[in-house]
Amino acid sequence: MHGNSTYQPQSKIGQWFEKRLPIGGLIHSSFVAYPTPRNLNYWWTFGGILSFMLGVQIITGIVLAMHYTPHVDLAFKSVESIMRDVNYGWLLRYLHSNGASMFFIAVYIHIYRGMYYGSYKEPREVLWILGVIIYLLMMATGFLGYTLPWGQMSFWGATVITNFFSAIPGVGETVVTWLWGGYAVGNPTLNRFYSLHYLLPFVIAGVVVLHVWALHVSGQNNPAGIEPKSERDTVPFTPYATVKDSFMMVAFCILFAWFVFYMPNYLGHADNYIVANPAVTPAHIVPEWYYLPFYAILRAVPDKLLGVLAMFGSIAILAFLPWLDTSKVKSARYRPLYKQFFWLFFAVCIGLGWLGAKPAEGIYVVLSRILTIYYFAHFIVVLPLLGIFEKTKPLPNSISESVLGSKA
Amino acid sequence: MTTQRILIALTLAASLSASGAAHAAEGAPVPPAQKWSFAGPFGKYDQGQLQRGFKIYKEVCASCHAMSLVSFRNLAEPGGPGFSAAQAAAVASEYKIKDLDDKGEVIERPGRPADAFPAPFANDRAAAAANGGVTPPDLSTMAKARTYERGFPWFVIDIFTQYQEQGPDYITALLLGYKNPPKDFVLPPGGNYNEYFPGHVIAMPPPLSDGQVTYDDGAPETVAQYAKDVTAFMMWAAEPHLVQRKRIGFQVMIFLIVLSGLLYFTKKKVWSAVH
Ligand code: HEC
Ligand code: HEM
Repeated sequence: MHGNSTYQPQSKIGQWFEKRLPIGGLIHSSFVAYPTPRNLNYWWTFGGILSFMLGVQIITGIVLAMHYTPHVDLAFKSVESIMRDVNYGWLLRYLHSNGASMFFIAVYIHIYRGMYYGSYKEPREVLWILGVIIYLLMMATGFLGYTLPWGQMSFWGATVITNFFSAIPGVGETVVTWLWGGYAVGNPTLNRFYSLHYLLPFVIAGVVVLHVWALHVSGQNNPAGIEPKSERDTVPFTPYATVKDSFMMVAFCILFAWFVFYMPNYLGHADNYIVANPAVTPAHIVPEWYYLPFYAILRAVPDKLLGVLAMFGSIAILAFLPWLDTSKVKSARYRPLYKQFFWLFFAVCIGLGWLGAKPAEGIYVVLSRILTIYYFAHFIVVLPLLGIFEKTKPLPNSISESVLGSKA
Repeated sequence: MTTQRILIALTLAASLSASGAAHAAEGAPVPPAQKWSFAGPFGKYDQGQLQRGFKIYKEVCASCHAMSLVSFRNLAEPGGPGFSAAQAAAVASEYKIKDLDDKGEVIERPGRPADAFPAPFANDRAAAAANGGVTPPDLSTMAKARTYERGFPWFVIDIFTQYQEQGPDYITALLLGYKNPPKDFVLPPGGNYNEYFPGHVIAMPPPLSDGQVTYDDGAPETVAQYAKDVTAFMMWAAEPHLVQRKRIGFQVMIFLIVLSGLLYFTKKKVWSAVH
C-alpha cells in the first residue's frame, strides 16, 4: 500500500473520483503493481487461499444465520431443517462446517511455511504477531461455531472448554458462571456464543486488513530468505501472483469439494448428530481435529491450572518466535541443522494431534508429556542455541541469482 | 524433497482424520462392511430397498421409535423412496394426528403430507416407562449418529476410498447382533445381549424375526434382508439429499479439474517469460 502505482483512471469520472478518494490507486498499488519476489513457490499461495476461505465462511455463515435459531430447544432442529428443507441448505451447512476445517488446513500450512522460511524475522515481526492473533481468533470462532448446532459434542465440548477457566485461582468458579450466564452451559450460553460467533469473523477480517497492510510495508519473504535488491528480483503482482494464486485456489477447492460433496461428515463427530443432553456424557469428549495438539498439551500436565497455562502458552509462545530464533539467516534452505529440527518439530505437532484424540491413559499420557516438553524445548532451547552454534550455508547474492544462477 | 512431500501429505491426512478415530465402541467387534447402493461417488438410494425399509420402520420400529424430523411429504421427494404425491398422502392419512379444532378442543384428524411422522409416545418419560426405563432414541439422524473406531491406517485410506458407512454398517450389525450371552456374563433383568452394542447389554429386545414383514417385490423375508433394508431407509432419513449431493459433486469436480488445468497452463504461459 505504498507508492508502486502510477495509476491514472482512464475515464473522466474515474479521475474525478480518484482525486477525492484514491481507492483505485490503493487497489492498483496493492494488487497489481505490487512487486513480489520472483522466486516464490506454491507455499506462498496460501495467504490468498485463507482470504478466500474467510470470504466463504462469512457468506455461507450469513445465509445460515437467516435460517438458524439460537435456542436450546430449537437449535438442533433448525440446523436439521436447514439440511432437509432449505433449498441447498445441506450445501450451505456442509460448506460452512467443512470450510472451517479447510480454513485450518490452510492456516497450518501458512504458519509452517513461515516457520520454515523464517518469515517472522526482522522486518516482519509485527506481520507475524498479527498472524498469531488471527489464528487465535479463528480458534475462538471455530469453537463458538461448533456449539451452535447443539449436538452432544457441541454441548460437552463447550462444557469442557469453558471449565478451563475454573482453574483460575480464587475467582475461577465466578468467571465460569459469568461466561455461562448461569450455573451450567445453557440457553444464555448458546445465545452469547452465537452473538460472538457472528462478530468474530468480522474482527478477523479487520485484523487481516492490518496483516496485509503490514505485509505490503515490509514486502514478502521468499524461499531464499533474502530481501529483493533490484527490480530484477521481483515481478508485478498482476499477472504473475494473481494467476498462480488463482490456480492454487481452484486446486484447493478440489480438496474442499471432495469433503463437502463426498464425505461431508468425515471431519466431524457422529455424536453431534445426537441432540445435546446434559444428563448423558459421551464416552469420549474430543474437540475438533484442529485443536487436538493443544488438547494433548492440556491433558499432559497433571495440574489443571498449569495444564491450561501450558495450553495457552503453547500458542502464545508463537508470538515470541521472532526473538526466540536468534539466527540471522532466515530460510531453512541455508540452515542445515534448523531444517532437521523443523521437521522434528512438525512431527512432534502431528504426534500431539494424534495423542489428543486418544484417551488420556497409560502410554498415551507418557508420550504426551514427552512431546509437550519437546514442543516447548523447541522454542526455548533449540531455537536460541541453534542461532549461536549452527554453521549456515552461504547465501546467494540476490534473488535473481538464486533463481537463474550466477550468470544473471 | 519428494519424500518430504509425501511425509507431509500423509501426516496431514493422519492428523485430519485422527478425530474420526476418536469414537470407540469398547470391547465390541468391528461391524462387517456391507455393500450399500448409496456408497461411493456415484452412490444412489435403491428405491425398492427404501420402500421395503419404510415398511419395516412403519410396521415394527415405529411402535417404539420416533422419527420426528421426517415428514410424509419427504416420501415423495426426488432421490428418496419414490412414492407419488398421492401415495404419500395416502400413507399420511392412515395416521391419526392430534390437533385443535376451531373451538380449541383437542381432536384427532387424519394425517396430511406436511405432518411429521408421529411419535409413538407422548413424551420421553412415557417412552422410557414402557421400555424398561430406557427411551428408544429418535431414528431421524441415527445413521449418522453412530460410528466405530477405524484405527490407523484405515482412517487415512478412507479419505481416498470415501468409506463413510460406519453408521449403517454398525446398525445392521446391531440388528443382527443378538446372541446368547457367554456363560459367565451376568445379564441384568430387562437387558438383552448384543454383540455389537457398547457394553453388550441393550434395552431393545430383538426387533426382527424371519417372515415378520411381508414383502410384495419378492425380496427374501429374512432378518438379514430386513436389517439391511431398514438401515438403508434410516440412512435416507438422515441424509435425504445424498443423491443430489453426489450428483452435483461430480459436476463440481469436473468443473474444478478443468478450470484448474486451464489455470495451470495459463500460469505456465505467463511465467515462461521470467523463468
Ligand atoms: C420394543 C420397542 C422397540 C422396538 C420395536 C424397536 N426398538 Fe430400537 N430401541 C429400543 C430401545 C429401548 C432402545 C434403547 C436401547 C439402549 O440404549 O439400551 C433402542 C435402540 C435402538 C438403536 C440405537 C442403538 C445404539 O447404538 O444406541 C437403534 C439403531 C434401533 N433401536 C433401531 C431399531 C430398529 C431399526 C427397529 C425396527 C426394526 C427397532 N429399533 C425397533 C426399543 C425398540
Ligand atoms: C472465521 C470464520 C468462521 C469459522 C471458522 C466458522 C466456524 C463454524 C463451525 C465450526 C461451525 C459448526 C458447524 C457444524 O458442525 O455444523 C459453525 C456454525 C455456524 N456458523 Fe460459523 N464460522 C465462521 C464464520 C461465520 C459467520 C461470519 C457467520 C454468520 C454471519 C456464521 C454463522 C454460523 C451459523 C449460523 C452456524 C450454525 C449452523 C451450523 O451448525 O451449520 N459463521 N461455524
